[in-house]
Amino acid sequence: MPALAPTSGGSSGVVISGAAAQRRPRTAYLLLIPGLAWLAIFFVVPLISLFFTSLQAPTGKSGVYQPAFEVSNYLVAIQEYWPTFVKSFIYSGTATVLALIIAYPLAYFIAFRAGKWRALLLVLVVAPFFASFLLRTYAWRTILADEGFITSFLNALHLLPQGRILNTPIAVVLGLTYNFLPFMILPLYAALERIDPRLVEAAGDLYASPFTGFRKVIWPLSLPGVVAGTLLTFIPASGDYINATLLGAPSDRMVGNAIQTNFLQFRDYPIASALSFILMAIILAVVFVYIRRAGTEDLV
Amino acid sequence: MAATDGVQDLQLVNLVKAFGDFVAVDDLTLTIPAGSFFALLGPSGCGKTTTLRMVAGLEDPTSGQILLGASDITNEKPYKRHVNTVFQSYALFPHLDIFENVAFGLRRRGIKDVAGPVNAMLELVELGPLARRKPAQLSGGQQQRVAVARALINQPGVLLLDEPLGALDLKLRRQMQIELKRIQTEVGTTFVHVTHDQEEAMTMADTVAVMNKGRIEQMGAPIEIYELPRTVFVANFLGQSNIVTGSVSGRSGEDIVVSAYGASFTIPINRSTRQDGEIVVGVRPEKLSIAPAGSAVPDRSNRVTGKITDASFTGVSTQYLAMTAWGDEWMVFEQNRSADILRPGDEVVMHWAPAHTFGLDVPPEA
Amino acid sequence: MRWLRKNLIPIIGILVLIYLFVPIAVVAILSFNKPEGKFNVAWNQFSLEAWQNICGVPGVCGSFVTSMQIGLIATLVGTIFGTMIAFALVRYRFRGRSTTNLLIFLPMATPEVVLGSSLLALFLNLAFPLGFWTVTIAHIMFIISFVVVTVKARLQGMDPRLEEAARDLYAGPRATFRYVTFPLVLPGILGAALLGFALSFDDYIISAFNAGTLVTFPIYIWGAAQRGIPVQVNALATLVFVIALITVVSVQVVGSRRRRKLESTVSS
Repeated sequence: MPALAPTSGGSSGVVISGAAAQRRPRTAYLLLIPGLAWLAIFFVVPLISLFFTSLQAPTGKSGVYQPAFEVSNYLVAIQEYWPTFVKSFIYSGTATVLALIIAYPLAYFIAFRAGKWRALLLVLVVAPFFASFLLRTYAWRTILADEGFITSFLNALHLLPQGRILNTPIAVVLGLTYNFLPFMILPLYAALERIDPRLVEAAGDLYASPFTGFRKVIWPLSLPGVVAGTLLTFIPASGDYINATLLGAPSDRMVGNAIQTNFLQFRDYPIASALSFILMAIILAVVFVYIRRAGTEDLV
Repeated sequence: MAATDGVQDLQLVNLVKAFGDFVAVDDLTLTIPAGSFFALLGPSGCGKTTTLRMVAGLEDPTSGQILLGASDITNEKPYKRHVNTVFQSYALFPHLDIFENVAFGLRRRGIKDVAGPVNAMLELVELGPLARRKPAQLSGGQQQRVAVARALINQPGVLLLDEPLGALDLKLRRQMQIELKRIQTEVGTTFVHVTHDQEEAMTMADTVAVMNKGRIEQMGAPIEIYELPRTVFVANFLGQSNIVTGSVSGRSGEDIVVSAYGASFTIPINRSTRQDGEIVVGVRPEKLSIAPAGSAVPDRSNRVTGKITDASFTGVSTQYLAMTAWGDEWMVFEQNRSADILRPGDEVVMHWAPAHTFGLDVPPEA
Repeated sequence: MRWLRKNLIPIIGILVLIYLFVPIAVVAILSFNKPEGKFNVAWNQFSLEAWQNICGVPGVCGSFVTSMQIGLIATLVGTIFGTMIAFALVRYRFRGRSTTNLLIFLPMATPEVVLGSSLLALFLNLAFPLGFWTVTIAHIMFIISFVVVTVKARLQGMDPRLEEAARDLYAGPRATFRYVTFPLVLPGILGAALLGFALSFDDYIISAFNAGTLVTFPIYIWGAAQRGIPVQVNALATLVFVIALITVVSVQVVGSRRRRKLESTVSS
């Protein structure tokens, strides 16, 4: 290798070559400002606003609140909704695990065994993005209908505790798993695709069985994809309320439902905001711990 | 294609490039005569690519000057300099076809009628029929030729080549070496070729500069610097050398006498960098004759005794390794002219003419 | 049995793909249905009525057009802003890099309920009228993050030597960008734009919170879900899906066929 001059690198492994590194940062700021300002005004400010709303107190008039410091709102929210929180995370957690189990073989197939079909298969994985997800979720009502083929079949085998799939937590979890499957497949594929297939051959040459080869070589190397995929599934799933509404019973409502109802129906903005923040706090905590354990930094 | 006008001398004056504490190019001064094929040779990290990039304008010097003919181009932007580069990875524009790749420089300079020059250049590198292909559809050797054409068509004052043959297999590399030499002779442009392959440098270049740790150790025509290296680094980097450290013990006419480990060596004064004190005695392996110990040896020749540890028969020659009395292994390349084959374990004497010896300063670190 | 074991992965892979497509197939099939009652959930009889009279139900095509309009504007603005940020991140040095990365990443880590409801809170506090523009503003917001990530990846994958070669060949900064950088990054930008449009067109939660009385296509569907979704909705959705799929597949096929034809005629 020739003597490559050490280039002045930025963070996150980005190499900025010689002359460009001396470009004035002024241009960079000009490029950043429109988008970042947009995000600051329409993402950060609303969140701050939401936080203050969560501390507001009632004024007696319905839907009207006054600025205050009612930390008790949080206590009320937790007291009333903690079962919903638990339920939500059980559903989203289960859906995430299921999605991982289902997605991994497909991602593996496309990365290692698909050959010339790879591009086409990837298009097929992304295709569901072009079909209305509301309609797709609604379609499960047809597929899992009480009189439908699948439900009747499973009922005949006495596998259904409540005699049906729709309007039970099972349907909700199935819906969540289905909806976010592409979000799990794509990062997994991206990570697997980077693995040199000859590593598995090398493992085999060193007396590893195919399963051990997977366990010791492929799985660890695919972890960044696993982390990205599980996060991209778990986070939106935890806040979802579409699946719960369309596929579940009233007793299966998730935190998303609670936030939505409090916001748009009860107009209890402080409680709704408190719920939102509690949800965000839990998610961020989970993300933080998870990333620490898995050891991956660069997510963006 | 006629010799280009605008071919001028390239001068580097006290050129320095430092990256923080690390000095990549250390006070380089050299003149590359117009129209020559010049090689910058050295190991990885010696600063040769950095030097090249500074001439191209892709790296800013920390201090020093770069002069092309009479003009100081040190602070000129790369797109203003009349210097072009053939990159190691070719850097062909993947979204443009070969024709447009070669025409790129002409178009940027505002030249409208590109078809004539581009087609002529493609003929020169023998890629005419492939003009409308994309780079991805070409083989490595073909891509390399496109890279040369793309740079050369602009008739630069100097053409810089950054290890352009590194990615090619042996046979193709040999072919391209001849090609490039032919093109350079035909076109007459100054070529500055950076490489770590000393055979390549010696085959192609009129002048070779050996670089080490940001400095030029020695510069000259290939045969000159090969037959008379002036530093231990050059002696070992360019081809192989057998060396031993001793001290000057006297003079004898036009020669100096060096004693090392009880043996005496004669070196012509003009082949030694010093005439007193500690000195390194060296000789190239192909200059040595090897014979069983005790054989008759020409008068006045330098000699070293040893015991063979390895004998590799390579067809044309036999390569011997012999352990000397002071514990170094010396190498001998002997053409297989006689039927005598010496075997490991044999005691031998290695001898050579004093005129093939060279004397060098002892390098600073042990 | 051995065949099964060897081909286990491909079989499971295909099964998963089928699983992904079954609901889409159901949606498409039901677009040819003439439902018994108001709810189009079970097959009744074949009918092309919905396709022939695709705008027959009031509000359907109106909401479709609204979603298209919002999608186009939001995608355009979001892609431009996002591409600019991606360039700044990859090609320049500046202070505040980690803050920028955090700001880009957080919206993707925030559940849509929170994004939607917080924006609603902002608009309410500012007494800003809810409708077309509030939805568009919201969509631009979440499109930016996705565009940055996509374009950034594409930029980082680009050989920096190509820009050096351009500069070596007399291209100043503007010419380098125009003739080398931009053409090479364009596919990534287009891909990001397509993704952004899909996300905007199909967005329900954030739109629902911020639309006021405006009806986008997903909002229409949700509202109709209680009363019975008109078959025309299925037809429209299937139409969009098929057109999008055909476009993407044909771009792929044309590209690879052209590549293969030229490769086969390369002499060595």
